[in-house]
Amino acid sequence: MSVRQMEGARAVAETVAACRPQVVCAYPITPQTHIVEGLGALVKTGTLAPCEFVNVESEFAAMSVAIGASAAGARAYTATASQGLLFMTEALYNASGMGLPIVMTVANRAIGAPINIWNDHSDAMSQRDSGWIQLYAETNQEAMDLHPQAFRLAEELSVPVMVCMDGFVLTHAFEALEVPDQAAVDAFLPPFEPRQVLDPDAPLTIGAMVGPEAFTEVRYLAFHRQREALTRIPEIAGEFRAAFGRDSGGLLHTYRCEDATTVVLAMGSVLGTLKDAVDGLRDDGERIGVVGLTSFRPFPMDAVREALGAAERVIVLERAFSVGVGGIVSANVHMALAGLDQRYHTVIAGLGGRAITGRSLRAMLLDAIGGRLDPLVFLDLDRGLVDRELERVRGHRRSGPAAENILRDLGIVAGGPHR
Amino acid sequence: MSTAPATRKPNDYKSDLKPIWCPGCGDFGVLASLYRAFAQMNLDPVNTVVVSGIGCSSRLPGFVSTYGVHTLHGRALPVAMGVKLANPELTVVAVGGDGDGFAIGAGHFPHAARRNVDITYLVMDNEIYGLTKGQVSPTSLTDQKAPSTPWGNLETPLNTLGFAIASGATFVARGASFNTKTLTELIVQAVEHKGFSYIDAMSPCVMFNNHQEEWKELVTDVAPDHDSADKVAAFDLALKGGFKLGILYRELRPTLGDKYDALLERTPDSDAAAMLDAFSARKGVAIGKPVA
Repeated sequence: MSVRQMEGARAVAETVAACRPQVVCAYPITPQTHIVEGLGALVKTGTLAPCEFVNVESEFAAMSVAIGASAAGARAYTATASQGLLFMTEALYNASGMGLPIVMTVANRAIGAPINIWNDHSDAMSQRDSGWIQLYAETNQEAMDLHPQAFRLAEELSVPVMVCMDGFVLTHAFEALEVPDQAAVDAFLPPFEPRQVLDPDAPLTIGAMVGPEAFTEVRYLAFHRQREALTRIPEIAGEFRAAFGRDSGGLLHTYRCEDATTVVLAMGSVLGTLKDAVDGLRDDGERIGVVGLTSFRPFPMDAVREALGAAERVIVLERAFSVGVGGIVSANVHMALAGLDQRYHTVIAGLGGRAITGRSLRAMLLDAIGGRLDPLVFLDLDRGLVDRELERVRGHRRSGPAAENILRDLGIVAGGPHR
Repeated sequence: MSTAPATRKPNDYKSDLKPIWCPGCGDFGVLASLYRAFAQMNLDPVNTVVVSGIGCSSRLPGFVSTYGVHTLHGRALPVAMGVKLANPELTVVAVGGDGDGFAIGAGHFPHAARRNVDITYLVMDNEIYGLTKGQVSPTSLTDQKAPSTPWGNLETPLNTLGFAIASGATFVARGASFNTKTLTELIVQAVEHKGFSYIDAMSPCVMFNNHQEEWKELVTDVAPDHDSADKVAAFDLALKGGFKLGILYRELRPTLGDKYDALLERTPDSDAAAMLDAFSARKGVAIGKPVA
């Protein structure tokens, strides 16, 4: 093993290559593209062999090719982001419904409209019910390390796994990273032994139509497999630690939570900034800690209740939201904490690439500690900008597209109708 | 309606948003041709809609002062069809790139063509995915090396002109970004054509697939004696490939809109209430009536 200065996307590509996927299918979409380009280069040099690299015509085709490859017994991998993940949706449910252990990296990016290429978690969150396991990486090193674990988990349980890493913040960041050694990965990840396979010597069909007589049971089994994953995820993380000497993965991890009366839960790269903010508040004598959630699906109800149950105040900070409700992660955390007497806050932050700064986090956390934070907050929302658009909407029936109006208001020129 | 000037200049079609393409991008030539063509036809901007998908070239509607819709990757054509069918008075031009139109959105192309919806589809074909920095597209050459195909492209490029003719497009032409005079004329003819018109505009990507100098050498005009009404001759020209600028095929066939109009004319006015009454009388129930 050697530590090298490298881009997150490239490091993930090299780690995925060490997992020996036999079919990689790809369609370009920012900010994922460097990952599959890296894999393309590794196929070309023969570093990754045998492997079929398929340039497909859409993400829908990418996932469909992965389904075919996995059903034929190949270890199949793809990567996507944002609109690409949404375009795959029908095939995602197909893959999980059939129990095909595909692994996919999602370089998390916002969903349009308005079109936006920057980071948030709206893409993966929209697929939370798709039956895929979802693991969220805090750092590039963890994003890399989650891939051998994802293949292990996927293939043991016959369930597809999504490894989610923040677009740009992680994928395009250069830092010192340690690509797992090939021999060590080979020892950690045995060859794919499919539970079901299209084998000419034992012909079968995958994808039977199931009516009301058994649909519930087949779907329950998908639920059951994710429940099993709740046990296997920490075990596999433990085995990974033993083999590679790094703490990566698991269901969640806690940071300075001992004696904490206020605990903030978040996922992904924002955890770094959050821990810095919490360090500052600890220095000021505040009893505050952080829970970093890695496994969002399956959702670790018991572990979350254990980690947050003793706090007086719980804040869930998330990079996506359910329009008309509020938090998504938050709703799940709330379920885990049902019946406890706690103050509870949802903070929506970092949408479409807006920076979540240490200063904003500190101010928000002080508000929470001081009892001034609302139950639902959009961090750093420009209220004036919103109010002026609401005023325009009230003023004219045909007030025009909100996105364009707001860009003009900000002084950023927008294309628009003839005036 | 609008008190528009009697004649408009190409500059009148510029929006206040400056194109953000790379310096030297072929799409500038296509945009300039579009401005000139719109001016030549004196199109009223408020009755003109430019629709696009996603990609470098799909940024185009923002640079035009007509109405514009920047839709999803690959979905320019269905949105354009929806606009045209909902309001046939509008002039509708769909634009985009080869990846948008012939990979992720390819499923829509033959249907727009065979339906003969009266819209124009202008594809800026650079034989590459430019926005994501140079992966091979459906029109990339075999053996072409790109970040996603460092060993060379294994696939055969799609012949989009042949695809268009085979699909039933009633106007099929090829232009080039570096020949704005011809391209302007082709856009005028395509927009004025009644039916689905397709223009393949060769538009080099100077960053990731720069064929500009080579293409300039290779292009020639479609021979003056080419009979654009002859489908077999058009196919022959399309399949031979090469770099023939001009109209390959043109046919007048009723548009989908024409057929709807004809259908409405021959269908007597139907009275939904009378039909419900008749049905209710037959079944002995009262459908769609308030409960007494």
